[in-house]
Amino acid sequence: MQYKSQSVAKPYFIAAIGLFVAQILFGLIIGLQYVVGDFLFPEIPFNVARMVHTNLLIVWLLFGFMGAAYYLVPEEAERELFSPLLAHLMFWIFLIAGALTVLGYLLVPYATLAELTGNELLPTMGREFLEQPTITKIGIVIVALAFLFNIGMTVLKGRKTVVSLVLLIGLLGLAVFFLFSFYNPDNLVKDKYYWWWVVHLWVEGVWELILGSILAFVLIKTTGVDREVIEKWLYVIIAMTLITGIIGTGHHFYWIGAPEYWQWWGSIFSALEPIPFFMMTVFAFNMVNRRRRNHPNKAAVLWAMGTAVMAFLGAGVWGFMHTLAPVNYYTHGTQITAAHGHMAFYGAYVMIVLTMISYAMPMLRGREVAPSNRSQVLEMWSFWLMTVSMVFITLFLTGAGILQTYLQRYSDEPIPFMVAQDKIELFYVMREIAGVVFLIGLIIYIASFFVGSRDPEATVATADSA
Amino acid sequence: MSQAFTKAMARNIFYGGSVFFFLLFLVLTFDTHTEWPNRDNHENLTGVVAEGKRLWEVNNCVGCHSLLGEGAYFAPELGNAFKRLGGKEGIKGFIASRPKEGIPGRRSMPQFNFSPQELEAISSFLEYVSGINTANWPPNIQG
Repeated sequence: MQYKSQSVAKPYFIAAIGLFVAQILFGLIIGLQYVVGDFLFPEIPFNVARMVHTNLLIVWLLFGFMGAAYYLVPEEAERELFSPLLAHLMFWIFLIAGALTVLGYLLVPYATLAELTGNELLPTMGREFLEQPTITKIGIVIVALAFLFNIGMTVLKGRKTVVSLVLLIGLLGLAVFFLFSFYNPDNLVKDKYYWWWVVHLWVEGVWELILGSILAFVLIKTTGVDREVIEKWLYVIIAMTLITGIIGTGHHFYWIGAPEYWQWWGSIFSALEPIPFFMMTVFAFNMVNRRRRNHPNKAAVLWAMGTAVMAFLGAGVWGFMHTLAPVNYYTHGTQITAAHGHMAFYGAYVMIVLTMISYAMPMLRGREVAPSNRSQVLEMWSFWLMTVSMVFITLFLTGAGILQTYLQRYSDEPIPFMVAQDKIELFYVMREIAGVVFLIGLIIYIASFFVGSRDPEATVATADSA
Repeated sequence: MSQAFTKAMARNIFYGGSVFFFLLFLVLTFDTHTEWPNRDNHENLTGVVAEGKRLWEVNNCVGCHSLLGEGAYFAPELGNAFKRLGGKEGIKGFIASRPKEGIPGRRSMPQFNFSPQELEAISSFLEYVSGINTANWPPNIQG
């Protein structure tokens, strides 16, 4: 670790991993509710558990992004963080606000939570992924502003690199587009249209800038390839991201009451959205092939390459599968969407955060550059278990989605939703089993931080023999 | 990537392309606003409907159902529930009759204990939604 203040990243990463575990446990609960309909009913109904599952995902990814920024920016700017104290303070505010929100979801009925938090003064609750009470949303804005100020001042006073600049643009966009979560008109069409300005412009827009810059940083550090080359790639990738992704928002406007020309704009531009993800895959493999040295942290390199591949599959391929309007007419709002959502979020954002944690954590824990050999072997096992089980979760949901689409939407005699759900139950059973394997992978991942932590650090030679 | 293609060129494509396509997005959004009055069923957006939308939100209905295809996929699509369940009375009857302890082994909607006025609001909201021009989606009455 080159700068003392980089250590503020550590609690952010630990919190991220802790919330990740909770997210997966709630994922298993809702997965089981798909099979055993009355599981935990009426104590924890599906809608509550799902909200906890998705909100925890968002919160822990934000913890991961913030931790990544606090680690990466001082090193890029070649100076200490502007205010480590502010970073620590924001950590506790964000963690406590997040914990209270989740407890609120679980302990009182959602309508009571809305009443307790004064939702009627500025109603923003009850929309997918934006379920947080308005006061929590205001808290998120405050934390984001303080964070941006801290990171921005550090960049401003230090060396300005493309990596930190792109990260800053991405984080700024994240904060700006979140403001649309406060716009909730009575007109449902307008509500839905601008809801996507948060959701789509986050995950298919500015978050990809964050993803790209973290990936670029880890590749610079682990491959030793010239920064100029990597930064050029980064610019091209994020250029393609926004050129395709902004108008690509139109693929959400087909059936929500917007004009029908969006079927053309959305189909054409979102069909191009896989391009930046494919470039990212080529980029990662190319840089690793052209590496000037072998980095002893093989696990981090594995995560980086895994991110590039899985983001392309989940976001690019599975996104393209149902993005064209004539296809989406039948698949819209089915398990196909769920399949895409799972692999895209895992491949792009979960894996980039785990890449950064894998790269940075050894230094944050006082190592030179890498964990011990035993620890890395375990971490790589967890990589494969989680990644392969996510592939199977996605495949089973895709199978369920194809059948659902056929039975309920496409066949000559469409059958009711619940009748179709009963017929595809087998796929939900298989998905749940794959989910249990994912949890085992996650447990092994956590174990990798403790096993072999007293062993000597892996060197290039020992890592090669593993 | 070739040497002739410089980092400065890549940077310019990023800034120029992003700004251009964001402005195009704003233009299309502006045009969308002018088209909406013909499609969004705003003429039926009454105070009762707005009250129904708030009920829809504060009970997190979207946590199980989809509405115009967006939301969760655990329970049926409700954009066309007004038509599928046979009007407002059908919707009210369904919501009011949910068993408190659920149905053994099956998915069940919670009992929300809505007052007659609230049932009127939520069913009016779903009636309003069913009047939005969704380009003929969903493909059939099953949602």
